[in-house]
Amino acid sequence: MAPPGILNRYLLLMAQEHLEFRLPEIKSLLSLFGGQFTSSQETYGKSPFWILSIPSEEIARNLMKRTVCAKSIFELWGHGKCPEELYSSLKNYPVEKMVPYLHSDSTYKIKIHTFNKTLTQEEKVKRIDALEFLPFEGKVNLKKPQHIFSILEDYGLDPNHIPENPHNIYFGRWIADGQRELIESYSVKKRHFIGNTSMDAGLSFIMANHGKVKKNDIVFDPFVGTGGLLVASAHFGAYVYGTDIDYNTVHGLGKASRKNQKWRGPDENIRANLRQYGLEKYYLDVLVSDASKPSWRKGTYFDAIITDPPYGIRESTRRTGSQKEIPKGIEKCPESHVPVSLSYHLSDMFFDLLNFSAETLVLGGRLVYWLPVYTPEYTEEMVPWHPCMKLISNCEQKLSSHTSRRLITMEKVKEFENRDQYSHLLSDHFLLYQGHNSFREKYFSGVTKRIAKEEKSSQE
Amino acid sequence: MRLLTHNLLSSHVRGVGPRGFPLRLQATEVRINPVEFNPDFIVRMIPKVEWAALLEAADTLHLIQVPKEPIQGYEHNEEFLRKMHHVLLEVEVLEGTLQCPESGRLFPISRGIPNMLLSDEETET
Repeated sequence: MAPPGILNRYLLLMAQEHLEFRLPEIKSLLSLFGGQFTSSQETYGKSPFWILSIPSEEIARNLMKRTVCAKSIFELWGHGKCPEELYSSLKNYPVEKMVPYLHSDSTYKIKIHTFNKTLTQEEKVKRIDALEFLPFEGKVNLKKPQHIFSILEDYGLDPNHIPENPHNIYFGRWIADGQRELIESYSVKKRHFIGNTSMDAGLSFIMANHGKVKKNDIVFDPFVGTGGLLVASAHFGAYVYGTDIDYNTVHGLGKASRKNQKWRGPDENIRANLRQYGLEKYYLDVLVSDASKPSWRKGTYFDAIITDPPYGIRESTRRTGSQKEIPKGIEKCPESHVPVSLSYHLSDMFFDLLNFSAETLVLGGRLVYWLPVYTPEYTEEMVPWHPCMKLISNCEQKLSSHTSRRLITMEKVKEFENRDQYSHLLSDHFLLYQGHNSFREKYFSGVTKRIAKEEKSSQE
Repeated sequence: MRLLTHNLLSSHVRGVGPRGFPLRLQATEVRINPVEFNPDFIVRMIPKVEWAALLEAADTLHLIQVPKEPIQGYEHNEEFLRKMHHVLLEVEVLEGTLQCPESGRLFPISRGIPNMLLSDEETET
């Protein structure tokens, strides 16, 4: 057993999607399980191979029970830029740490993975045989070995330029795989109840992980829609609340979003979505409510607020309010006949969201939300700010050539006092974002310009 | 709507402020829906509950065996926790109303879902 204080090195094999979202996910999860992110590498960039130090195997296993960004984790025994370096690195690995997994009563198997190159069976066997110097005393069992070891060879990221020799070779003991299978099993394609903007399953789990959701938490989504984000949090053992201003969506009524389906069936509502995955016991309640005018009493009872507010593109941004003339086609709530049509400026919406989070989150609780940006005008300074909330991460996902959305994660670090409600109004940050209130026009400006160009060229 | 939820809701009618809590509950249809008992979750919720409001709501629904307050050592008292679990999570109001105690404004509950929308004139600035 390694003396306390010595961190063990592990190799994470990462999936190559949502690149920017990966590091914040791993960091959030490590901090959730009592570890801290320590790595000798400056930055990982686009590489799928991450070497990091983790205090214990238990923390490593807990990490893998949550991550959808990492495919597998290995206890790193050696690595190098060429076979010789790998072998000498392996000879330097303490034998007493190897022995528990190599003794004569155990069974094992050695696998080899190559990235961006295919090897022949002969080449693979040669590489495995070259490791004969390792003190393996157990028996090989290819079907159900007790221990699995892996050689991983990194031939870079460019499929058009595959090098003769790998850039890096790693050898380690396989510990666990991540949760990437959740992406398929929770796929929106199979979900009973969906809307136009239901969140992709992978991203919904990433959001729950950025939010450090844990068992017995209460998680709230103020723009709940069809409840996709609640499903992810419930999967990790949190009890969930949702609100939405749209009566039909909350009740699961009205027109269906699926092609070839006209109206929503009786099994299409948020509760049914949770039931589909055996998570109904985590459903607390959903309410029809205006997020700009919340009905929650004073107090801190949410452990996380995880949400995808409307950007005004495929779903309108709305709030309740009177208008001189209510335009035709605006939905009204049959029960309360409240006109729901006043446009909700994006900057006001984030102002309200941050204030609400600062008021109702427990200390240390997280807010995770998507911020739509018009890329030509974006600067980091315009990310909404609040004196009680600390920015943890900001990850971009491109939507089009000139728009993207950013997943913002904030943590509550200070208790809310009444005067905090207004102080960030005075901040320059807040004024900077107001340019995005015309996000909808800017989003479509590229499209309208292109259509005009096409029409012009077809006329010539 | 569960009683845990009722315990967290307040009226946001203009001018009402903290006097908007608790909302007066009236139920025409109630369902008892068993939920898997999770003592750890109930233990976490106990400190967040506003007891007077909970007792008032439980009384309106004619619930019996509702603990009057958290007892000493409740964290390990399974009987207490099971009673609280039942009151907070297993009683669902399907149809009814929530009334602002100050302004009298009614918020309907239908199919178990409260509708808290107010018009602009009615809400806080």
